[in-house]
Amino acid sequence: MVQLLSTEQMAEFANSGCLFFDGLIDNETNKEFLNDIGHTDIENVDNMQKYFQNIKASSSIPRIPAGTPLKNAYQHKSPLEKIFQNEVVAGAINSLVGSESVVDHQFLHLTFPTKYFKKTNQRQMSQVNHQDSTIDPRITFDIQLFYFPTDVTKEMGGTRYHPGTHLRIVNEMGIAKYQNIKGQKNIVCKAGTIGIFHNGLWHGAGVNFSDEIRYMFKVRLQPTEKQELLWDPEKKYKPLPNKALYWTDENQEKTVNDILMKSYPWQEADTNRLDKINTIKFWRMLTGNKNLDIDYWLTRIENELY
Amino acid sequence: MPKRQKVLVLYLKFPSLEAEVISWATFDGTGQKLHMTGDSDEPPYPTGLDALLDGWRLFQSSQAIPEHPGEEFRTSYLKHEFFFEKIEEGDF
Repeated sequence: MVQLLSTEQMAEFANSGCLFFDGLIDNETNKEFLNDIGHTDIENVDNMQKYFQNIKASSSIPRIPAGTPLKNAYQHKSPLEKIFQNEVVAGAINSLVGSESVVDHQFLHLTFPTKYFKKTNQRQMSQVNHQDSTIDPRITFDIQLFYFPTDVTKEMGGTRYHPGTHLRIVNEMGIAKYQNIKGQKNIVCKAGTIGIFHNGLWHGAGVNFSDEIRYMFKVRLQPTEKQELLWDPEKKYKPLPNKALYWTDENQEKTVNDILMKSYPWQEADTNRLDKINTIKFWRMLTGNKNLDIDYWLTRIENELY
Repeated sequence: MPKRQKVLVLYLKFPSLEAEVISWATFDGTGQKLHMTGDSDEPPYPTGLDALLDGWRLFQSSQAIPEHPGEEFRTSYLKHEFFFEKIEEGDF
């Protein structure tokens, strides 16, 4: 039985563009995945390229033609099949892109420690900020699922990401000039953690200053059905009524709308308001409610009498 | 003495130098420090004005471009961009 996301989790995703499930995958499956890719003691790894090529040649990670249904993508009883059949993972996928999603692509990212760059006289640089994978003005969205088979410490330079950037329409590395963005986060997590990003979320890999190799397995999934109330098949969600604005009572109870309207320190004063408007439009799509509003942002500008 | 340029790019919360820094990038032509993406969580200055007070010279800022009709609610790149420089002399 899959465990669908709650309305609060969906609102968190709609607002921030990401969700995390810390240490979700059990240690046995993590070990199985690492054994399958030939993970070994760092002392036995001599050459970055050779190690990577060996993983590609010997692991059971299949070559999946783009557009393959996720349910047919992974070998029976393989560690990756177990991960995608985990009731929380499957529930999150079904809630966001439906039960008939297809694989766009997958990749095992490896980030090597400093000594390998010194040995080959290469400059060890972080990956610049970018959005995957090209200008994408769709309402429909894809998700990118990240699996971390080992612990990721701060020194290991886990994926850097910028919550709330997912609805900004940019062109891939067109955001590379933003070296640092206020409120930026780096993934620091336990082995078995799953992260899910909206395809528009700005991100990049950090530098690995530890002595261990960092692994991150990524799969991009595309929906084949409308993404309306997939998390709420009984259609229990009802929009909240309008509330007073600005001149308000203190200590009001927090609601789903407060999750949806959260601001971030990187947002400009003017564009922050447009970010809120776009989040409300996104929530309209996710809930299938074309008239829904929060804090009067859309009602105000849709009141056109001429 | 040879001269080298250091460039500081600040993105501000609104289009005035008194505004808070929300994003930043530094490129050091002297070669003394290699800056890279994600290398600092705190901005070098709280506002654009603080950069001026520390001797950075502004040489470019973003224009105010009206939103395209029909695209008024589309959000994209950070808007309020300011380029500063410092020229340093030394034995590089």
